Amino acid sequence: MMNKHEKLGLSDDDVLEMYRLILTARRVDERMWLLNRAGKIPFVVSCQGQEVQQVAASFALNRDRDYSAPYYRDVGVVLAMGMTVKELMLQAFAKAEDPNSGGRQMPGHFGHKRLRMLSGSSPVTTQVPHAVGVALATRLSNDPAVSFVTLGEGSSNQGDFHEGCNFAAVHKLPVIVMVENNQYAISVGLGDQVACEKISDRAKGYGMYGETVDGNDPFDVYRAVKEAHDRAKNQEGPSLIEAVSYRLTPHSSDDDDSSYRSQEEVEKAKENDGLIHFRNYLKEQNILTDEVEEEIETKLKEEIDEATDYADQAPYASEDTLYDHVYQTKGVN
Amino acid sequence: MAQVTYIEAINQAMTEEMERDQRVFVLGEDVGKRGGVFRATDGLYDKFGKERVIDAPLAESAITGVGIGAAMYGMHPIAEIQFADFILPAVNQIISEAAKMRYRSNGDWSCPITVRAPFGGGIHGALYHSQSIESVFANQPGLKIVIPSNPKDAKGLLKSAIRDEDPVLFFEHKKAYRLLKEELPEEEVLTPIGKANQVLQGDDITVITYGLMVHYAKEAAKELSEEKGVSVNLIDLRTVYPLDQESIIEAANHTGKVLLITEDNKEGSIIGEVSAIIAEHCLFELDAPIKRLAGPDVPSMPYASTLEKAFMVNQDKIKDAMLELALF
Repeated sequence: MMNKHEKLGLSDDDVLEMYRLILTARRVDERMWLLNRAGKIPFVVSCQGQEVQQVAASFALNRDRDYSAPYYRDVGVVLAMGMTVKELMLQAFAKAEDPNSGGRQMPGHFGHKRLRMLSGSSPVTTQVPHAVGVALATRLSNDPAVSFVTLGEGSSNQGDFHEGCNFAAVHKLPVIVMVENNQYAISVGLGDQVACEKISDRAKGYGMYGETVDGNDPFDVYRAVKEAHDRAKNQEGPSLIEAVSYRLTPHSSDDDDSSYRSQEEVEKAKENDGLIHFRNYLKEQNILTDEVEEEIETKLKEEIDEATDYADQAPYASEDTLYDHVYQTKGVN
Repeated sequence: MAQVTYIEAINQAMTEEMERDQRVFVLGEDVGKRGGVFRATDGLYDKFGKERVIDAPLAESAITGVGIGAAMYGMHPIAEIQFADFILPAVNQIISEAAKMRYRSNGDWSCPITVRAPFGGGIHGALYHSQSIESVFANQPGLKIVIPSNPKDAKGLLKSAIRDEDPVLFFEHKKAYRLLKEELPEEEVLTPIGKANQVLQGDDITVITYGLMVHYAKEAAKELSEEKGVSVNLIDLRTVYPLDQESIIEAANHTGKVLLITEDNKEGSIIGEVSAIIAEHCLFELDAPIKRLAGPDVPSMPYASTLEKAFMVNQDKIKDAMLELALF
């Protein structure tokens, strides 16, 4: 009998690589919190609790061709799309060499043209119309690429979510919209954000495919996004995938989540941490042996240590670059 | 040679650029089959097809945001907002996204989009079809704001805007659409963005304005020259952001008397910034206080003819202001 990942066409190496990236996202995030609390970096906005869905969804894409418009928690997405640990540390330290913004933006504002990763901002959900525009452009250019965009469940209340989904559906564009429902928009829980049962219910109103999956289950997420990718490629239009998990950390390093949720609730959610479940699965399958796991953790620690040291030592942008890249040419025309 | 109206010039600019460059396409409300409510995109749907002349769902933030995404991909989209008054739902996309794209990505990404929108009053458009909206955007580095005053510039500036690698807001005066016409040269018209234009050379007073007001100022100056012998130096800003400071300073210094005109509400308008540039650079060359003629500071232009007329800056009001300054 085939196991869960073989049924989806994933090899042992594939799932091990997925796990390695999920773990990388978690360990990078943990290091950033330490650096923040040690006063080395001013700000962290966290991915913890969402890494499984981020990496699993990305693996269902064509990572050599597709476009992504990640939101600020997507450490797992950006790693899977090709960003390095060193690059993540450079953006955390806001150094000149950071490919996302050269230290101009806060951490978590991803963007990397070589990786076809659209640059994002802080006002939420503006990236949805952008991803739809990329899909429109791929169609006009006969480019088979698919456009993948993520956001939080609170962001699905924004007008740009509605306008973007509607546009994509009307024009049957190759877009995958993934809502990462982590139950909280900063302090406001799901019940005070939406009255619908599932965020994916909203898809029906746009005439697009909608589905809710367990964000802690990498196979469920992978399957749903893979099917969405097939629909996109087959000109069957956009899909709205809702991946449900839980935000294991406060909203950001500046937040105190004890003011709006109990420690018991958080502890209970940790029992459902997709990373642990995936690890157990790989152990049961004898893919992640103790030896392999130790090797992964050791290498990862070395990589993060090196990246941290590098980013810490790297120079900031010099003051004379302040006026660079306002327009293509200095002055107007 | 045939006379070409302001709106025909805009249509020609889009047609020529779409023929020249496959990356150029149009999206907006009613731009396809209908050819635009003002007919600016007339004929484009038949010529280029529905893939490149897109009737977008009625949602301004998506029209702009989808255009921005396509521009990031490498296209040169033209997003039409049906009336400038309706651009406000797209302000987040224009200011937070398009204007900052190049800067925030440290030059990695760019956003070569043109957003076209008809603006201005005097056409019984009432509060929400008459506004001048340029000052909302005129302190956003990364954006360029272009407002042509005649058919030739409408064509030449729009072609430049479409080719520009940065986002350009292109405001077209509705009343000018069919009021203004002229012969256009056979050869390609390309007007540089960022450069003001000297419309009239004169030595007594300098008038600096843009949009439809250039036409009224020109007519008023002709009358004043014939009737009173006043010689007017008339500057058309053409690009209202960022401003052509050099031309403004030179023109102000030349006559020492400056009248600034806008159809927009006075406080916080484009001409306030022009005034500041002159105050900073030309104080000792000035022979009179800087004079401003603008719309009243009421929320918008009313519908009733009496009130609309009272709101609009017109040729007579301009002529009076010119004479007053000349006699100072």
